[in-house]
Amino acid sequence: MSALLKAAGVETLYFDRIRALSSVSLEVEQGEIFGVLGPNGAGKTTLLRTIAGLLPDQPEKGSIELAGVRIERRRPEEIARMGVVYVPEDRGLFRELTVAENLELGLWGRKGNLEATHAMFPILRERAGQQAETLSGGEQQMLALGRAMLRRPRLLLLDEPSLGLAPQMANTVLAALQEIARAGTAIILVEQNARLALRIAQRAAILEAGRIVLQGTAQELEEHPDVREAYLGVATVIAQKAWRLHRRRRRW
Amino acid sequence: MDRFLQYAVAGLSAGRLYALVALGLVLIYKSTRVLNFAHGDVATFGTFAAFALLSRDHSFWIALPAALLAGAAASVLFYFGVLAPAQRKGATLLGQVILTIGLALILQGVVVFAFGTEPDRMPFPLSDSESRRFGPVYVSELSLGTLAAALAACVAVYLVVQRTRLGLAMRAVSENLIAAQTLGIPTRRVLAFAWATASALAVVAGLFLAPALLLDPFFMLDPFLKGFAAAVLGGLGSLPGAVVGGLVLGVAESLAGAYAGIAFKKTLAFVVIRAVLQVLTEGLLGKPFKERV
Repeated sequence: MSALLKAAGVETLYFDRIRALSSVSLEVEQGEIFGVLGPNGAGKTTLLRTIAGLLPDQPEKGSIELAGVRIERRRPEEIARMGVVYVPEDRGLFRELTVAENLELGLWGRKGNLEATHAMFPILRERAGQQAETLSGGEQQMLALGRAMLRRPRLLLLDEPSLGLAPQMANTVLAALQEIARAGTAIILVEQNARLALRIAQRAAILEAGRIVLQGTAQELEEHPDVREAYLGVATVIAQKAWRLHRRRRRW
Repeated sequence: MDRFLQYAVAGLSAGRLYALVALGLVLIYKSTRVLNFAHGDVATFGTFAAFALLSRDHSFWIALPAALLAGAAASVLFYFGVLAPAQRKGATLLGQVILTIGLALILQGVVVFAFGTEPDRMPFPLSDSESRRFGPVYVSELSLGTLAAALAACVAVYLVVQRTRLGLAMRAVSENLIAAQTLGIPTRRVLAFAWATASALAVVAGLFLAPALLLDPFFMLDPFLKGFAAAVLGGLGSLPGAVVGGLVLGVAESLAGAYAGIAFKKTLAFVVIRAVLQVLTEGLLGKPFKERV
């Protein structure tokens, strides 16, 4: 089975000289949730923005294919119309427009109705006349997701959907993601919260300083001692002296 | 009292034109964040297109749409041919403003080249000297026509921006360009439409101003600056503010001319603006800039 998204050797520069991504290669299957983990400044958001075409004239090198069609260096509107929807960390809502208007813009260029969205997030029906700005953080995330789904994306790029949400709200959102993936949409999920991400992702990659340092199934990553220590907060003490803990050295 | 009313009405008449110019400026500023210094010259260009047709005895109802189209086409060409590529290459806002000044100079050159710099009378179906009486106030036919045209233009803009899907896209693009792009909205076409609408508004102002003055290639400079001031007075980001700002400026100017002497006509109007901005720093209807962190 050939992958839906295939990125090979992607290299993105900022200001023509600051390398934010170096030779990033990954493949995402249809209906799969692919987690991207990493510390601040590792290039996670840059990766999503590069795929979505939001960085003009980038990637510098490498290719990105969506179902066999090259999409790198195309205009973001075109990439969006090919079925890639990017939900940025700030959720990308039109804050001064109402919830209903935000959803209507999700239907741009196609006929459709809001039934499925309202079924997935009933709260959006109640809030229809309210300005998006006045919603709570969780409701805003639901609106962003609901609006993204109206475009019936083949690939959903999500930047930290759990950011700033109470644990229960984060669970609601993640459950919605699992449902979306089951319906056949591939999701690239960027998360700081590694535990959350590894719980719902099938596969994941760890990005550090613009490189993929580790890639594998969620289970492999969860059991990897370096990941356990750096991202899951489980210290692996290999030798203990009376006065000092010796820690395992990271291998990447 | 009658004198006061008469001057106030005259001020409103001028103010409506300022409002139209300001409305276009704000429309462009809100959607592309660019202050369009070619706005007056686009209006001149459109007005001269109408002049060319009217002086060849074509009907006003042919000249009007032709003039609107000419103005709109000039700015759409500029948007797609110059501004959008510059933005794509990451031009700064200042650079983009300078590009609009370039457009202004080019249009000026075209008009001077085609029509010369000699002032001309604009043939127009409405007369500036025939007037009707409403109670104690006399209003010229031209002024009534201006009122109708300005009102129609404002209502049309309101309906398009607030009631249509295209207007919704305009508001969305002006608020969050990246989000609009990621939703697959054709942002460049939406912005080009905003430029076209704004230019058509300016041409309407030019068309109804020209018969009251002599037509020369630089006749829109003063109304453009006034419209700019009106836009700032109303709060640069607010469409209703632009209209209110234009009317206030027109009336202030007219009353200043009547009661403080004609020499102070323009000065006093700008003193009023200065005073308003001292208190309401964001303009009459502008929203203070705020960001949630």
